[in-house]
Amino acid sequence: MTAIPEGDWRAEVKERLEAIWGEAPGLGSWIATADHKRIGMRYLYTAMAFFALGGLQALLMRTQLADARLELLDPETYNQLFSMHGITMMFLFAMPALSGFGNYFVPLMIGARDMAFPRLNAFGYWTLLAAGIFLYSSFLVGNAPNDGWFNYVPLANREFTPGINIDFYVLGLIFLGISSTGGAINFIVTILKLRAPGMTLIRIPIFVWGELAMALQIIFALPALSLAAVLLFLDRTFGFNFYDAAAGGDPLLWQHLFWIFGHPEVYIVALPGFGIASAIIPTWVRRPMIGYTYIVIGELAVALVGFGVWVHHMFAVGLPNITYSFIALASFMVAIPSAIQVFAWLATLVAGRPRLATPLLFVLGFIIIFVVGGVTGVMFASVPFDQATTDSYFVVAHLHYVLVGSAVFPIFGALYHWGPKMTGRLLDARLGKVSFWLMFVGFNVAFFPQHTLGLLGMPRRVYTYEAGLGWESHNLASTIGAYLLGLGILVTLVNWYWSKARGVPAGDDPWLGETLEWYSTSPPAHYNFTTIPTVRAREPMWDQLELRGGAQPPEEGGRTLTGGHLTLSTSLLDGRPQAVVHMPQASPWPFILSLTLMAFFYALLLQVWVVAVVAVLASAAAVAGWFWPRGQTQET
Amino acid sequence: MQARKELTVAETGLPGEVLPEHSEGPRAFGWWGMVWLIATEATLFSLLFGSYFYLRFRYGPIWPPEGISKPDLVLPLVMTAILWSSSIPVHIADAGIRKGDQGRLRWGLAAGSMLGAVFLFMTVGVEWPEKLREFTPATNVYGSLFFTITGFHAAHVLVGLLVSLWTQVWAWRGAFDERRHLSVQNFAMYWHFVDTVWAFVLATIYLSPHL
Amino acid sequence: MKGPVGAGWCDSTRAALAALALTLSACGGDAPSLLEPASEAARLVERLWWLLFWISAVVVVVVAGFIAAATLRPPAAAEEVDRRMVPWGEPFVVVAGLVVSGLVLAGTFVVSVIDLNALGSPPGEPQLEIEVVARTWWWEVRYPNGAVTANEIHVPVGVPVEVALPTGDVIHSFWVPQLQVKKDHVPGVVNRLWLQADEPGRYRGQCAEYCGLQHANMVFYVVADPPDDFQAWVIEQAARAAEPTGPGAQRGRDVFLGSSCVSCHTIRGTPARGELGPDLTHLASREKIAAGLFPLLARTCATSSTTRRTTSSA
Repeated sequence: MTAIPEGDWRAEVKERLEAIWGEAPGLGSWIATADHKRIGMRYLYTAMAFFALGGLQALLMRTQLADARLELLDPETYNQLFSMHGITMMFLFAMPALSGFGNYFVPLMIGARDMAFPRLNAFGYWTLLAAGIFLYSSFLVGNAPNDGWFNYVPLANREFTPGINIDFYVLGLIFLGISSTGGAINFIVTILKLRAPGMTLIRIPIFVWGELAMALQIIFALPALSLAAVLLFLDRTFGFNFYDAAAGGDPLLWQHLFWIFGHPEVYIVALPGFGIASAIIPTWVRRPMIGYTYIVIGELAVALVGFGVWVHHMFAVGLPNITYSFIALASFMVAIPSAIQVFAWLATLVAGRPRLATPLLFVLGFIIIFVVGGVTGVMFASVPFDQATTDSYFVVAHLHYVLVGSAVFPIFGALYHWGPKMTGRLLDARLGKVSFWLMFVGFNVAFFPQHTLGLLGMPRRVYTYEAGLGWESHNLASTIGAYLLGLGILVTLVNWYWSKARGVPAGDDPWLGETLEWYSTSPPAHYNFTTIPTVRAREPMWDQLELRGGAQPPEEGGRTLTGGHLTLSTSLLDGRPQAVVHMPQASPWPFILSLTLMAFFYALLLQVWVVAVVAVLASAAAVAGWFWPRGQTQET
Repeated sequence: MQARKELTVAETGLPGEVLPEHSEGPRAFGWWGMVWLIATEATLFSLLFGSYFYLRFRYGPIWPPEGISKPDLVLPLVMTAILWSSSIPVHIADAGIRKGDQGRLRWGLAAGSMLGAVFLFMTVGVEWPEKLREFTPATNVYGSLFFTITGFHAAHVLVGLLVSLWTQVWAWRGAFDERRHLSVQNFAMYWHFVDTVWAFVLATIYLSPHL
Repeated sequence: MKGPVGAGWCDSTRAALAALALTLSACGGDAPSLLEPASEAARLVERLWWLLFWISAVVVVVVAGFIAAATLRPPAAAEEVDRRMVPWGEPFVVVAGLVVSGLVLAGTFVVSVIDLNALGSPPGEPQLEIEVVARTWWWEVRYPNGAVTANEIHVPVGVPVEVALPTGDVIHSFWVPQLQVKKDHVPGVVNRLWLQADEPGRYRGQCAEYCGLQHANMVFYVVADPPDDFQAWVIEQAARAAEPTGPGAQRGRDVFLGSSCVSCHTIRGTPARGELGPDLTHLASREKIAAGLFPLLARTCATSSTTRRTTSSA
């Protein structure tokens, strides 16, 4: 602690900032808010709600498969469930949850008062919610997407899936893409331009690097999915021929476009998860990460090489072996930056002295699960083995090890690590450990036997299977494991709900963490920080003792910025202050725009073109309202 | 609004430190936002052109398919001249307002959007009806590609025109000056991007079948 | 690995996997298991699997060992921060993550490419070409001599057979785990693969690419016959349906021809010429109907992989 006496200036600054940044309670502010913390929480809660739905779908499917020839679900229902399970977990759970933590913690960790584009942030959330509702409304009419999250043509063409199911899919994903793209741009600009003074590139927390790598991947990968979906919409609705082999199109074009997006999508979900691991480990082993530079380069390298491996999802479609050899090489190579990160975590764990609290337990579980998924991933880089096991249950096992490993376990670790910052109260530690062990054991019991099922020849995406093939016992184990996993998840959700109201007050920095989110109060004030800190170290909370008081004094470089609704703009590489920026006020227009867009997508779905035109005009009006100039303030 | 126009710097709370209140170019958040929007849009167009060549080379030796003639080049080249020349007044407007020149801003934007509107009319109002007599998007994959790629580009021109209109309204109302013109800058960047994309549309749709 | 699959070898498989999976009976049932290969190609995949498996096992054990070692240390105090540089830290990350991993990955890549090439071409000139048309949700099988059947692909044992893989509608995938890797049926192209079974037997295959409602029930069998048996079978299958002999059979024919069955099915030698469903000319010679869903009722339900086809009359 520096010897600055607790003076009046802090209270005075806080009061002025609260007057500027505070939001009145009520419906108006609830709809209009552009506060990244409220929006981040919404992302998280919405993601968890969809996680619960996706999980229930999984349990229904596992129950159906507990034994051969069960008749709990009819095939159509099963096919809708496995399709929506994939869509939900990727687009409505993992991405929003990781964006949620990003929204909440990126500005806090880089010492900013908000995201670069707070209204765009609000719009991203409302659009996610609207698109989620859009996709799930398909269940109300009994026509949920039923051709898998991968939605291969020609099965998904109008000819073979004439129902409205696939229209929900293509339009829903285009709609969601708007949300993700806006969010990605916001993350990138925030991380490039809003870092606290002194936060040079090599002082950016690894979690923030992870969100940046994710956002860059979204920018360059998502257009492939949006394009694939638009072309399919045109094929289905107006008889275009992109995917129709008989008219010169090619169904493999869908697979190329889908996987140009789809493989990076795995990293979109994994990289922030890696970032969470790198945020949790130093705090709980009480030493800085070893190999910071290598980890950052590793994350960026994964993001880059991840664009060169999409064809390994197409090893059985009959492309030339020379193509396959190149893609195999890239697929083996993409394992190297991940291996570097794993060994950096291991080195840090071994060099430090781990405190085995719940957040770290989840990270350790993540490492083990992810490594198992990683080595089976390397197996799939080996073309002959891939050709033997692709589309079998071996893949189901692998992808769950990778995705549950790198997304779910870090997210749950983050709930325990950062939850106290968000709610101001500690989660129950004992319930946390119970939850972890149930999840870890349940997960492995559920998914490990699926490797064996794949080797035993069981294809994936089957609603039932024949008796007498030796598949029953593994399937039963898998089902039991799934229920254990579900129970473990439930324990944490209950723990969160209970602790948020009744938990022990956390204090501002319960774990004595190393990064700037612990510089704010718990939960953070509307303005995040009393003073925007000047950063002089990679672990500022460990190395800059003057930050411990929650308000770096001006003598040490803390900027109060009380002259308005302001944040700092700093230089891209070395974080020199360049300007103060008037941040936009809360606004209902992002919410209204997402509603008009929702009307637009429903109109396309039902092919009511007049309504679609009206909705476009209404959207243009909403954009006009949003961007109506108001003095110096930027409008996004 | 008028009163605050004079304020150009703000105190940061560090003793004696003041920083500018307006940013432009790479210092402004909005500029970077437009850069990344263009990056993702450029990716979308690249994939669209990639899809064209992918489908074209899988199709076989005869392209366009039997019954469709190779695209005539006169109209597209005229359209190219019109669209690309629209970038000049837009640039004049952008450069003008940096010096506070309201006249160049207003007339530059107006001239740019006129040329853009003529281009859009030539695509949708002249070329499409002509092509539709020969083939439709449902005829075969060539038709699908032709109308989708030109349609994607035309939609971007349309959005550009709407943004231009919006910018012009505020230009006439005096919302921009030498310090405050990020919207103009962003619009210009977007417009130049749409013009650049046209080079690839021209090469892909109109020139490549002649090779 | 040479020669037929021995029982002892099977036990070692079981033991190795039992250590891994909690509930395991790798050789149990009649699983079309990758670990019970019945052809040179499948043995190659199986060898590759064990190579990959052992590499993976070592990696996982090493990682788990590090984690165990870390957790065994006494935990740090909550307020302590260890800022000391670890001299071995970054070199370790580079050596383990980049150098060692890179070498192992490069080696595995080379093995994979060699195996990929080996899988690409059969050991000899194919003796027979069969066309297997995938349809939602069954398999039409055509022989050069005009024989047409469904969901049961007879091949002569011990010789390479080329299989052409067109599709009649959507994408399907041809997968007989014990004989060959899988390959997709893709509209607009005809993929090919080759099969060569070591020994007579029935090998289960199933569609591996999701193809809609009844994807789960799109099963077929490859039946490897001794060459003479195969010749006899393929000639018999090319023949037209025999005239019914008894009154019951005659009545059966009349019912079939007098109903809507004929609009979908063909029985060569009769007016039934439908093309939507499987050719039923020699239906009674098949062991299962409905793409592997049901055993044909007229015979006993003995479908173990070693049971030979018995002659029977419908």
